[in-house]
Amino acid sequence: MSAVLNDETKKVIVEPLVTNNPITLQVLGICSALAVTSQMSTSLIMALALTLVTAFSSAAISAIRNHIPSSIRIIVQMTIIASLVIVVDQLLKAFAYDVSKQLSVFVGLIITNCIVMGRAEGYAMKNPPLESFMDGIGNGLGYSLILIIVAFFRELFGSGKLLGIEILKLTKDGGWYDPNGLMLLPPSAFFIIGLIIWGVRQWKPNQVEKADFKIMSITHGEGGHH
Amino acid sequence: MEAYISLFVKAVFIENLALSFFLGMCTFIAVSKKISTAMGLGIAVMVVQTITVPANNLVYHTLLKEDALSWLGITGVDLSFLALLSCIGMIAALVQILEMILDKFFPALYHALGVFLPLITVNCAILGGSLFMIERDYNFGESVTYGVGSGLGWALAITVMAGVREKLKYSDIPAGLQGLGITFITAGLMSLGFMAFSGIQL
Repeated sequence: MSAVLNDETKKVIVEPLVTNNPITLQVLGICSALAVTSQMSTSLIMALALTLVTAFSSAAISAIRNHIPSSIRIIVQMTIIASLVIVVDQLLKAFAYDVSKQLSVFVGLIITNCIVMGRAEGYAMKNPPLESFMDGIGNGLGYSLILIIVAFFRELFGSGKLLGIEILKLTKDGGWYDPNGLMLLPPSAFFIIGLIIWGVRQWKPNQVEKADFKIMSITHGEGGHH
Repeated sequence: MEAYISLFVKAVFIENLALSFFLGMCTFIAVSKKISTAMGLGIAVMVVQTITVPANNLVYHTLLKEDALSWLGITGVDLSFLALLSCIGMIAALVQILEMILDKFFPALYHALGVFLPLITVNCAILGGSLFMIERDYNFGESVTYGVGSGLGWALAITVMAGVREKLKYSDIPAGLQGLGITFITAGLMSLGFMAFSGIQL
C-alpha cells in the first residue's frame, strides 16, 4: 500500500479538496453540477459518476498520451470521455432507472464538464497513468464534496429530509418545520455556493481575489484638526 | 404557429439555460466581466446553437432513433445510445467548419468572435440544448425554434450579468466575497428575477 500512496499520490488526492478545489477556486465544472443538488440521492450518484469518469478518462488519456498528435488531441480526449459517459449512462439506465430519469440530460453533460477536460488537458497529458488516475479521483472528490454540502442544505431545508428520510417534521404532517420552498429552486444553489466560497476564502485568505478598485480612505491632513 | 411562439418564449425566459438549468456556467462566470466581450460570446453561442440543435435533430431522427434506419431497409435497430457521442462530434465539427467559413468570408466577424469559438465546443449550454431536444422529442421545426430561443436566452443572461458586474466592481465587497463569490450571489439574484417569468402561459 505504501508504494501506491506515496507523497505525490497523497498530494493529488488531498489538495483538490480545499486548497485547490475545482469548483471554488478553479471555477470548473459548475455547469452540470448545480441542477442536480436539490436532493442528496441524485447528487451522490452524480458525484460518483463524475469521479469515475474523471479517473478513468485521465488514466486512459495518460496511457496513450505519447501517441496523440497535439493538433487533434481535443477530439481524441472528447471521444474517450464521451465513450466513458455512454457506459455510465447505460449502467444508470439499467440499474437505477428512476435516478437516471431525474438526472435527465445532466449525465450526458459530464462530457462537457470542464473538470474532466481540464484534468485530461492539464494533468493527464503530462503524467503517467496511475498518478493521473489518482488525480482524477482527487478532483472528483473535491467536486463531490461541494455537491454534497450544497445538496445537504437544499434537501434539509427545502423538504425537511435527507436521502428521503424525514429529519425535520413538516407542518403539513403535524410537525413544526415549515419548508423553505426557495431551497428547491435554482437560485438557492447559487447563493449556497457563493457562501461556501466566502467561507473557504475567509479560512484560506491567499485565495482572495484582488479588487479592481479600492475605496480610498480619507485621511485628514495634520492641519485639519485645529 | 402559436405553439412555436410559446416554445420560443419558454426557451428564452422561463427555461433560461443559464439561470434555471445552470448550463454554460463556467464561461458564464469567466467571460462576464465586460459587456462587449460578453455580448460577443453571447452572439457566438446563439449562432452555434441555432445551427447545431437542428443539425443534431436531423441526425438523430434519420440515423439514431429506434427504427430510424427503416429508410435503408434495416429495422429493429436502436442506436440512440450513440446520441451523446454523435452530438458532441457534430458540435465539434460544426464549430470547426463555422470557424473556417467565418475566417474565409467574414474576417471582421471572425476576429471579433475568434477567441470564443473554440470555447463553445465545450460549453455545456450547446450540448445541453441538443440533449434537451432529444429528451423532449422535438420535431425539426420545434428544434429550430428551440435552438434560436435557448441561444438568445443564454446571450441575454450573460449580457445582463456583464452589465451588473461592470457596475459592481466599484462597490465595497467583503474580501472573501470578492470576485467569484459575489458573482454567484448576483447570478442567484438574477435567477430569482427570471423565476418571475415562470407563471407566464401563452
